Amino acid sequence: MDRTLPGTDRLPPRADTGVVGWLRSRLFSSPLNSILTILALWLLMLAIPALIDYLFVKPDFAATTAAQCRETGGYCWAFVREKHRLILFGIYPYDEQWRPLLASVILVGAIVCSCIRWFWKPFLGLLWVVALVAVGVLMWGGVLGLTYVENAKWGGLPLTLILSTFGIAFAFPFGLLLALGRRSHMPGVKAVCVVYIELIRGVPLVSLLFMSSVMLPLFLPEGFSIDKLLRAQIAIILFAAAYVAETVRGGLQAIPKGQYEGADSLGLGYWQQMRKIILPQALKIVIPPLVGIFISLFKDTSLVVIIGIFDLTQAAKAAVSDAVWRGFSTESYLFISVIYFIFCYSISRYSLSLERKLDQGQRR
Amino acid sequence: MSEPIIRLQNVNKWYGQFHVLKDLNLDVAPSERIVICGPSGSGKSTMIRCINRLEEHQEGKIIVDGTELTNDLKQIEAIRRDVGMVFQHFNLFPHMTVLENLTLGPVWVLKQPKAEAEATAMKYLERVRIPDQANKYPGQLSGGQQQRVAIARSLCMNPKIMLFDEPTSALDPEMVKEVLDVMVELAEETGMTMLCVTHEMGFARKVADRVIFMDHGEIIEENVPDAFFDNPQNERTKLFLSQILH
Repeated sequence: MDRTLPGTDRLPPRADTGVVGWLRSRLFSSPLNSILTILALWLLMLAIPALIDYLFVKPDFAATTAAQCRETGGYCWAFVREKHRLILFGIYPYDEQWRPLLASVILVGAIVCSCIRWFWKPFLGLLWVVALVAVGVLMWGGVLGLTYVENAKWGGLPLTLILSTFGIAFAFPFGLLLALGRRSHMPGVKAVCVVYIELIRGVPLVSLLFMSSVMLPLFLPEGFSIDKLLRAQIAIILFAAAYVAETVRGGLQAIPKGQYEGADSLGLGYWQQMRKIILPQALKIVIPPLVGIFISLFKDTSLVVIIGIFDLTQAAKAAVSDAVWRGFSTESYLFISVIYFIFCYSISRYSLSLERKLDQGQRR
Repeated sequence: MSEPIIRLQNVNKWYGQFHVLKDLNLDVAPSERIVICGPSGSGKSTMIRCINRLEEHQEGKIIVDGTELTNDLKQIEAIRRDVGMVFQHFNLFPHMTVLENLTLGPVWVLKQPKAEAEATAMKYLERVRIPDQANKYPGQLSGGQQQRVAIARSLCMNPKIMLFDEPTSALDPEMVKEVLDVMVELAEETGMTMLCVTHEMGFARKVADRVIFMDHGEIIEENVPDAFFDNPQNERTKLFLSQILH
């Protein structure tokens, strides 16, 4: 009787809350769901103990040579101990490898700062200038008593970081302009953007890299050459920009016409509308696919191996080619996989938290 | 009649093959309040949307406050600064707070200092009776509140002319009155020129200087409210009024 009166709230039934309720509703809600749960548990039971055995139980941590590793089996930690500097820094002069290490730390630090809202102020630009100068000085040297290291000797993680940071930093604004251009009412601008986007998207990154390294020099005048690394960087930027453009276009199309009209009626000009009204909303919508592009760009930098640039993946390959440590490719690739994973997973988590932050208070 | 603030001369517009505005002629005096009604598809929204160039007319002349609407972007933006518009679906910016919605135009278009724009914004929020919602996002407000924010947003630009495009049609019935009250107040307390597309006949009787009835892209009949409602001349007007006044 009491229950039917307005204003008296009851708690939900017991079975729907707590651990039991959670288990029932999430894992065993239907026969199919129960089967899938059991199947997943079974797979985990197969995989996890085997992995622990391979990584920690079998290997002899005291082993220092390839022969000892082969004897015990399992993951060869000695290989990592021996080769991690080659994998991380490539053929950068061994005694100077603190420089790429510091450069990587500075670069990662600058990226992390850019991700924190508190830093979203004008001085972030200054911070980047300082960081990039520092990275340049450290990597090239030639000043402040540092020996000069030409960029053909750069390699490993710092190279991957540099290629992907600049790749994202330039591909994003360029892609944005392409997306706006593709929706432009000016036929010339629109045609150029459409042709560019469709051409680039119709070609694999590998072929772009080949073109930039093999074909481009043929068109350049005698004695004039662009650095190989720079050419690869430009190819990556041009490639990613086309994908950014198409993704952003999707976001732009999702903005209702009323938003444009509201902005029009206030007398805002085109660039003001884009900057204040349309892009903030459109970009928020496309954060997930955009981050997908950035993650794949980070991993795609490994394709520069085909034109002989010594990035992380190439360095892993080189480490295995040492005659003494032949046969430890699993160790090598697992090692760089973990590095790639840490970066990609961090980007992915950050995008989730960004989405949630931007969503606060403005759900429609 | 003094020099009209809005003048439409033989305005024609087509959507593809469809002739949506047919040879429209209309003069609006400064401070005049006009209510425009008519069946859906009669071109009434299109007409007022032509006045601030949300729609482009193909033939004829539209002169707003002495400036003719042409393709010149600078002129269009100048006219839009003087013409406020309230939409059926509010068109507030969902990623900005109410206060940010209100100060956007004044700060970026009129180049007012932020503090001044915020003071003006608060003044108009008082006027539409929701100053306590200033820091909320539009999505957190009811439809009626959102529409009042939209009205305040237009007022912040200090326009000479206000256009209302069915401002109460998308609202839940219990919220219509709060929006109409604000509009009545606006009409009574300021000398602003108002053009309002609406079917709220009580509102029309109360504030309109003139009621215009449109059908099939033409102005069929216009008159002062009492005569318009009590003694319509044209058959189509009679039919329309009998359908909405039940």
